[in-house]
Amino acid sequence: MTVQRQPNSFRTGPDERGHFGIYGGRFVAETLMPQILELEAAYAKAKADPAFKREMDGHLANYVGRPSPLYFAERLTAHLDGAKIYFKREDLNHTGAHKVNNVLGQIMLAKRMGKLRIIAETGAGMHGVATATMCAKFGLQCIVYMGSVDVARQQPNVLRMKALGAKVVPVESGSKTLKDAMNEALRDWVTNVGNTFYCIGTVAGPHPYPMMVRDFQCVIGNETREQIQTLEGRLPNALIACIGGGSNAMGLFHPFLDDKDIDIYGVEAAGHGLNTGMHAASVAGGRPGVLHGNRTYLLMNDDGQINEAHSISAGLDYPGIGPEHAWLNDVGRVTFLSATDTEALAAFQLCCRLEGIIPALEPAHALARVIDIAPNKPKDYLMVLNMSGRGDKDLASVAEHLSAIL
Amino acid sequence: MFGSRQCASSGGGISTERMTTRIDRQFTALKAQGRAALVTFMTAGDPDTDTALAILKALPAAGADVIELGMPFTDPMADGPAIQASSQRALKAGQNMKKTLAMVREFRAGDDSTPIVLMGYYNPIYIYGVIKFLADAKSAGVDGLIVVDLPPEEDEELCLPALKAGLNFIRLATPTTDDKRLPAVLANTSGFVYYVSITGITGTAAPDASRVADAVTRIKRHTKLPVAVGFGVKTAEQARAIAQGADGVVVGSALVDALRATLDADGRAGASSVNAVTTLVASLAAGVRAAKRGN
Repeated sequence: MTVQRQPNSFRTGPDERGHFGIYGGRFVAETLMPQILELEAAYAKAKADPAFKREMDGHLANYVGRPSPLYFAERLTAHLDGAKIYFKREDLNHTGAHKVNNVLGQIMLAKRMGKLRIIAETGAGMHGVATATMCAKFGLQCIVYMGSVDVARQQPNVLRMKALGAKVVPVESGSKTLKDAMNEALRDWVTNVGNTFYCIGTVAGPHPYPMMVRDFQCVIGNETREQIQTLEGRLPNALIACIGGGSNAMGLFHPFLDDKDIDIYGVEAAGHGLNTGMHAASVAGGRPGVLHGNRTYLLMNDDGQINEAHSISAGLDYPGIGPEHAWLNDVGRVTFLSATDTEALAAFQLCCRLEGIIPALEPAHALARVIDIAPNKPKDYLMVLNMSGRGDKDLASVAEHLSAIL
Repeated sequence: MFGSRQCASSGGGISTERMTTRIDRQFTALKAQGRAALVTFMTAGDPDTDTALAILKALPAAGADVIELGMPFTDPMADGPAIQASSQRALKAGQNMKKTLAMVREFRAGDDSTPIVLMGYYNPIYIYGVIKFLADAKSAGVDGLIVVDLPPEEDEELCLPALKAGLNFIRLATPTTDDKRLPAVLANTSGFVYYVSITGITGTAAPDASRVADAVTRIKRHTKLPVAVGFGVKTAEQARAIAQGADGVVVGSALVDALRATLDADGRAGASSVNAVTTLVASLAAGVRAAKRGN
């Protein structure tokens, strides 16, 4: 895409119809439209209510365990001998990933709306676990749709969801991964529209989801701003995060979008390599189209049929990206890079050995790019990587690929 | 802006009322005969282009009054298992938009009166190019469009350009579309209104005829357009019951299932494939014709 004229602020979107430039919107069946309008109104009301924020802040502090630390990765920094690297430790949240920030907000909203049946889709299972967790805490019914391929490769998370009282429904249609789980969740929602709240796990879907999920995840970037000021007395030089749908990245990036000197990098999953066609890099290898309620970059063929995504990381294995990211790419504010399965595995190992942190395979993709960016930067170049989740769930799939090591 | 006066015209907003379409003519003719229309759905290219074309050509004689031709999509989010599987069979057999439009063109060579409505999802149209799609569809002999994931909030995408190009844009109204929202849904709708009788995906629960009649009455307070009812109609008896209170009865999944039952393990057509569909259409048509209508 050609780079559009830069706006005065990158933080004003979406417009009242949910558009970020040409992206976003509300491309849903009529059955869901009244529901989406109701959600939009309920969210606007909650957002303006100080009591909602107070309650949320309380749960974030005492249940999720926020603020998450901003950790100086000292040995990794010494090893790469360049930029000073910090990890935003979302992996230390209750449930082990950033997903819980958003789920807390949506479940509180569902409860306010009187919707006591919660449905969710999940890829790696982290969003499913977070949803199951919050439903247990708030006493709501929880049904999680998960592609059968993901059910097989993320067994620990399936067991966690079941232990938490959720019903996990394996999805056998299409590619049997995240996109099909989302189709199935939408079918459930169309069918049970009256009593059901669809808790979407990323900054995608019909308006208001991309905006609402972003708002709930912005706690990541807001905390980072304060923490880096305390630690370094200034803002960072760069932010970097992995992107599937892009909620952890949006949460970190959004509070910094108007600090125009800060370099911002999103890292997509290049799977077996961008030139193989076996990847999940929607910006690098896709084009704008319409799926799951929004217009955004999508992997598809020349007839507009959606292609299957491929990534070792189930959390990045989705053929699209949040619409606000699509716009940030087109206006040139965020630079999109990618990392292959192999590169992510190498970064995973390095992080384990140097920092004693087992990263999820998702942020390992972002770490793979830190490994080549950091050595070319001066020592006072501050980079913040969003360590969006922990890797315990990935040990089985890592072991398959690294049998010599584990 | 959606005053009752405007809605009392054939849809309000930009309308195609100056140029009547095959859809308008068909519903007018059937009204004169005192019966409802049988609207049948099939997926273009299921199980292959040739068989699908043979079915398409056989539908009017079997009793179909309006034909909905599905444009297959990989991710049909509002459809149930029967139509999902049918889309996948068509795509696997190589169906694409060009072939779908070519099917319509060939059908039109032998039938200039039976309306054809293309039904599907927006992305394949968006990627084909909206303006080119509308021109090619119109010249192939398409009369209307149903695009499931384009609510009135996105009318500028395709609905308004379609009306300008002389194609009907048929909108779905559902049990969740309340009186407050109905005028917005009907504003740029033309041809007919498709009332989805249950909340849910295609081909699942059965509709309740008396509630359907009430809903049709409710919609008719807002529009003079014919109202066709679908989602879940499977048998001649259900078709008869629905036809008593509606201007049209839509049958989809049941026909797709009838076709599927004739396919071999690899999804290939059998000797009875065309016949299985036309036999069920004939039975449904008899049901529609047996309805006693109040209006």
